[in-house]
Amino acid sequence: MLAKKTLTQVLDLLEKKEITLEELHKDLHAAVAEKNETLNVYLTVNTASAEEAAQRSEAALRGIPIAVKDNYCTKGIRTTASSTVLDTFVPPYDSTVIANLKKAGASILGKTNLDAWAHGSSTETSQYGRTLNPRNTNHLPGGSSGGSAAAVAADMAIAALGTETAGSIRQPAAWCGIVGLKPTYGRCSRYGVVAMASSTDSPGPMTKTVEDAALLLNHMAGHDKYDGTTADVSVPDFTQAIGKSIKGLKIGYVYHSIEGLEESNAHLAKELEVFKKLGATVEKVEAMDPHYAISVYTVVQRGEVSSNLGRYDGIRYGNDRSFFGAEAKRRIMLGTYTLSKGYSDQYYNTAQKVRSLYIQDYNKLFETYDVLISLTSPGYAKKIGATEGEAMFGELEDMLLEPSSISGLPGISVPCYRDPETNLFLGMNIVAPMWKEETVIQVADAYEKATNWNTWRAAEKAGE
Amino acid sequence: MTTPDSKNYELVCGMEVHAELKTNSKMFCGCKNDPFGAPEPNIYTCPTCMGMPGGLPVANKKAIEWTIKLGLALGCKINLFSKFDRKNYFYPDLPKAYQISQFDIPFCYEGTIETSEGPIRITRIHLEEDTGKLQHKNIDGKKVSLLDYNRSSVPLIEIVTEPDIHSTSQAKEYAKKLRQIIRYLDIADCDMDQGGMRLEANISLREVGTTELPNYKVEVKNINSFRFMEQAIAFEMDRHQEILEAGETPPQETRGWNPTKNETFAQRMKEEAADYRYFPDPDLAPVRFTQKQVDAIGKQLPELPNAKQARWLTKFGIETKYSDLLTSERTYAEWLETVFAQAEKPNDIANALVNKKITISEGEAPAAVIKKVAALTQTDDVDSSELLAVIQEVMKANNDAVAKFRAGDTKVIGFFIGQVMRALGKKVDAAELRNALMTELKK
Repeated sequence: MLAKKTLTQVLDLLEKKEITLEELHKDLHAAVAEKNETLNVYLTVNTASAEEAAQRSEAALRGIPIAVKDNYCTKGIRTTASSTVLDTFVPPYDSTVIANLKKAGASILGKTNLDAWAHGSSTETSQYGRTLNPRNTNHLPGGSSGGSAAAVAADMAIAALGTETAGSIRQPAAWCGIVGLKPTYGRCSRYGVVAMASSTDSPGPMTKTVEDAALLLNHMAGHDKYDGTTADVSVPDFTQAIGKSIKGLKIGYVYHSIEGLEESNAHLAKELEVFKKLGATVEKVEAMDPHYAISVYTVVQRGEVSSNLGRYDGIRYGNDRSFFGAEAKRRIMLGTYTLSKGYSDQYYNTAQKVRSLYIQDYNKLFETYDVLISLTSPGYAKKIGATEGEAMFGELEDMLLEPSSISGLPGISVPCYRDPETNLFLGMNIVAPMWKEETVIQVADAYEKATNWNTWRAAEKAGE
Repeated sequence: MTTPDSKNYELVCGMEVHAELKTNSKMFCGCKNDPFGAPEPNIYTCPTCMGMPGGLPVANKKAIEWTIKLGLALGCKINLFSKFDRKNYFYPDLPKAYQISQFDIPFCYEGTIETSEGPIRITRIHLEEDTGKLQHKNIDGKKVSLLDYNRSSVPLIEIVTEPDIHSTSQAKEYAKKLRQIIRYLDIADCDMDQGGMRLEANISLREVGTTELPNYKVEVKNINSFRFMEQAIAFEMDRHQEILEAGETPPQETRGWNPTKNETFAQRMKEEAADYRYFPDPDLAPVRFTQKQVDAIGKQLPELPNAKQARWLTKFGIETKYSDLLTSERTYAEWLETVFAQAEKPNDIANALVNKKITISEGEAPAAVIKKVAALTQTDDVDSSELLAVIQEVMKANNDAVAKFRAGDTKVIGFFIGQVMRALGKKVDAAELRNALMTELKK
């Protein structure tokens, strides 16, 4: 099955003409047809992917189909953000990242499920039903980019796109046992991505291997004249960090002593020994308590959400406000409150100050360490229905990622343990200073190749 | 209705003026900024100014520079660090459900505009985006609301004053001067009919002799002519006085102006005023300027009307009573200066133009204008025997008038001057003619 291949493998096969684009697309559509009904990964499948790809076979990505989170505007393909408010919305334009990828030769296989408006960490707030975790269908895939994570994990895509505001790429990547890379805020354009929390939204790749993530990011990133928050900094070739030694690198191990995370941290601590063998140093280090980040993120994100969702009045496109789900309504109300006159100082402005404290804390830590490592998520993928009555579900699950998210830092999650009984994974989160995606890629790639937790690397080694 | 008794009450008024900048593109996207020239509705639009999912704003640098330019022209201080904020409210003409504006850090603050009745302090000038246009129509017997987003996100500046205005005439002078300066800078057309410039007045009255601000204020919004503004303020002054004299305080509210009925009408009470939930727009990075950059913008400022009038006085001897009018439009003034530069007596030209003694068109060759003015005083040479013959002829034909003159009614001399000129068909030096006539009549 070609659907089981990694992006790097498929590119190689296409280049050597050992496979055809047609075969590849056929295989993927077959995988989607076989599994989508059970897993509920895709909300829309692009049946024309093969024809579109054929026109791009000469470009770098050679017409390879990718799965796209359904909050990226895609010209001519319905974009819902998993909310029935946008049930009928067909964008007249491509988001910049999609346009960049098309130019580089990618085609769209389909649009994947997410928590409605990317509000959540489970896909359970999707108004089109939850996605199931392909590793264990009694469990959730995480979110909000749960559909994209499941598409990759289930080999229903070669690679996928996610967006992260605080954990939405890395947490589902961890829960589904794949690689999720959140780039620096401003590295990839947000133009055409349905806005959630504007000050932290970051598009990023979700892939089978670290190398695939680096390759995909190469074609996503860059300054965009349509997004004033993208930085005018040069985009390096991220694949240059692949296979690079991590000898002499200094690693700080953070969030090692948080109550309730003992079991997960025990697995992670053991895995950190791998880095020592590879010639890096690993030290336990204290970082600012991530619990505060929950409050900061909640206040900032709800405030921005309440403003960003105001436009969905049903006048120009889509359905009216009565179509909003419970979670969106909850966030709009909380955000409206925290931005209200007399409260904004107490909430939004104070949250922004605490955010600055996190940034300062990171700056200090990065004077000593090249990267900081922690668990991605407190534990394994939760069971379906776990979010019921848990309004703060996502924030607790994403607690370990929120400090780096609100600080705009790049981070990657790679599988670092698999529970043999449940077949569920733990993820390792590697964070570096702004614009140092290369470093997280370098460290993650070295680790991935030195261990057997990555399913596709393991298969490769086994000669499959 | 009572008439305002200026002995008892005086006007305390501040103004807010909106003007659309005439940049090529809109404030936060690349769409064409030409809402009035658009041949069809909704053609100058894109995902950003239509508020589509995923649309993002990118600030128009020129619009920011022009705002600072106006600030410098009005003697404002400039905030080197500034930012854009979201002003959240729902209205169908506001596609994002928030307007990108500036809340606590405007680009410019603390300036002045001089009027003949005293200086008006400028509180602030900030930059924001305009809304779309909503039209309520009746089509095929159905009441419909139509939306045109060609104007959505057009750059809009707002100039806010302190409550320094104390008469309707001062309000008008202020607004006219502001428009004049904006036009001098060539940053906005300020076409009031089309809404390119909109006036708002915050009106209250206080007893003459007191200095503290009144404890209420009434806002009259969206006034689109200077005359309506004067009328609206006068109407409000009457209304407030009546209420105040009854021992009550006019309610704090927003009112509109009905030009057909010549009266203001209540729109919304202040207590119901929206909470706009301002917060810094996370889509736009803060704007930072260095003093050097601001200075460079200052160097681009053209000579403003007041400075021009002063210079004309020293350089050409043009009296201020003329230059005040003649400098009202920049291109006209600049052309006129080329005329002055070639004229022997520039002030005569100014006089002739202001008093409309000659008709000219802007851009005409200076020499032609000078010739027209000279012609006003030019006389033809007349042979003295020819003149004498005509005088005698006229006297013969008007025996009655001659008799009157000789009887002591010397005023009829004017009649003779006119008659002689007509008979001659030439323009003769009036003094010379008068002398000749006197000699003949006295014979």
